Amino acid sequence: MSHTSEEMMAVAAARRLHDGDVCFVGIGLPSKAANLARATHAPRCVLIYESGTIGAKPLNLPLSIGDGELAETADAVVGVPEIFAYWLQAGRIDVGFLGAAQTDRHGNLNSTVIGDYDHPRVRLPGGGGAPEIAASCKQTLVILKQSPRTFVERLDFRTSVGFGDGPGSRERLGLRGRGITAVITDLGELEPDPETLELTLARVHPGVGVEQAVAATGWPLAVRDDLEESARPTGRELKALRALRTADERERAG
Amino acid sequence: MARIVTLEEGIAELVSDGDTVALEGFTHLIPHAAGHEIIRQRRRGLTLIRLTPDVIYDQLIGAGCAARLVFSWGGNPGVGSLHRLREAVEHGWPEPLELEEHSHAGMAAAYAAGAADLPFGVLRGYAGTDLPAHTMVRWIECPFTGERLAAVRALRPDVGIVHAQRADREGNVQLWGISGVQKEAVLASARSLVTVEEIVDELEPVPGAVILPGWALTAVAAAPGGAHPSYVHGYYERDNGFYVRWDAISRDREAFGEWIREHVLEAAR
Repeated sequence: MSHTSEEMMAVAAARRLHDGDVCFVGIGLPSKAANLARATHAPRCVLIYESGTIGAKPLNLPLSIGDGELAETADAVVGVPEIFAYWLQAGRIDVGFLGAAQTDRHGNLNSTVIGDYDHPRVRLPGGGGAPEIAASCKQTLVILKQSPRTFVERLDFRTSVGFGDGPGSRERLGLRGRGITAVITDLGELEPDPETLELTLARVHPGVGVEQAVAATGWPLAVRDDLEESARPTGRELKALRALRTADERERAG
Repeated sequence: MARIVTLEEGIAELVSDGDTVALEGFTHLIPHAAGHEIIRQRRRGLTLIRLTPDVIYDQLIGAGCAARLVFSWGGNPGVGSLHRLREAVEHGWPEPLELEEHSHAGMAAAYAAGAADLPFGVLRGYAGTDLPAHTMVRWIECPFTGERLAAVRALRPDVGIVHAQRADREGNVQLWGISGVQKEAVLASARSLVTVEEIVDELEPVPGAVILPGWALTAVAAAPGGAHPSYVHGYYERDNGFYVRWDAISRDREAFGEWIREHVLEAAR
C-alpha cells in the first residue's frame, strides 16, 4: 500500500508510544498519532487531554481538546487546575505529545509568534499547555514538518523548553522530566545526542535522502553514524490511520 | 443570593466600561450569548481574561470592546487563527490590544489563587521560557525546601461570566461535562453572572456535576442556546461548521462588521 509523507509521520510518531503509557496529548497531529497508537499496538495507552479528560477513548478523532466525546468516554473528568497541578506537575504523565511552529537544535519550541513579539509577522495561538507539558512529562515527543522555516538556528520565541542551552540546562531550571526524546518529521526522526543534547538525524523515512533532511534544517544537522531507515507503514497501520475521522468527516462520508 | 435577571439586565448591571471580565469556558459551555450582549451594550476598554480565547473573544475584540487580553492560548480550535485578535495585535485595529500572556497551568493556578483569596498562585512552570517577560510571573523560594518556584499574581476579575446547563429558582447552578476553570473563575470574581439553558423547579442530581450555590453568585439569567456554536453537554452538540465558517467571516473587516450587525447588534435578544 503506498502512503504519503504525512501518513509516514503519523505512523512513526504512533510507534513511539507503548501500550500502557500515560500520554498527555496536544490537539492536531499529536492527537491523531496517539489515537492511531491506541487503535493498533497500544490499546491500553491512557490519553489525557488538557480539558481535564483522563483516559479518553474517543471513537471519532476529536476536533478540539474539549470535544464532548472525550468527556463521555473518559475514566474521569476533572477541572483544568487539577489536571495541570495534580496530574501533570506531580509527574504522573509518561509521555507528552506536542506540535509547534518552530524547534531549535536543542528541541526548544516556539508556538507563540513569528517575528518580533510586539510587532509579530504572525501571531500564533500561544503556549497553552505546552510549556508545562515539556517541563513535567517524563519524556516529550514532538511532531513537526521539517523545513528551514520550522527547524531554525534561533527561535523567535521560546515557548517550551527542550534542552535549553544544552547539557545541564534542564537541571539548572529545575525541570523534572527528561525533555524531548524525539522529533518526528515528514522526512525522518531526530533524537538528542546523548552528549551534546543536540537534535541529530537518527532515522530517515523510506525514499528520503540524508541531504534532503539536511537541506530542510536551519542548523548544520548532525547525522548519527548508525542512521536507520524507518520501517514502511504496514497495511494494518495505514488502514487504522485512514479510519481515523472526526465525527463531521464521518458524517460527510455517510 | 443570586438574583434571577434577564441577560440584558445582568450585563447592564454587572459589566461597566474598563472592567476586568472573565467569560470562561473550555470548548464546552462558552458563554456566547453573554458576549453578544456585551457587544450590543457597546462596552469599551475591557480587560478580557480567558485561558482559551476563541470565537466569542474574536468577536468582542473585533467589535472594539477590549483594551487588554490576559490569556494562554488564542485560536479557533481545529481551524486556525483568530483573525480579529491577530489584526488587533498586528495592526492595532479597531483598537490596540495589550497582551498579558500565560501558560494554561499558570492561569489555572492564578484563578485558583483568586478563588482562595490568596495574593498569588504557585507552580513549577515558566522556567527557561520567554513567557515571564510578557506576564505577571515572579520567582520565589520555597520556605521549607528552598526550591525555586514560579509565582503568578492571583486573577481577581471584576466580573466572572460562565454558562451552565441549568439553575433552580433560588439561583443554584448545576453544570456537568468538561468543567474547565469555571468554578474558579466565578469564585475569584467580585461579581458573577451565570447564564443557563433553563431554569427549573428542582435540580435533579447528575454524577460529577459542579454545583455553584446561589448564595455564592450575583446573578443568573436564562439564555437558552446561549453557548452556541459551542456545545452544552446533554443539550446540544458543538456546531463545528460555524467554527469553520468563522475563519472566512473574520478574515475581512467588512464581512466581520456585516456579521456583527446582522447577528448581534440587530438580532432579536
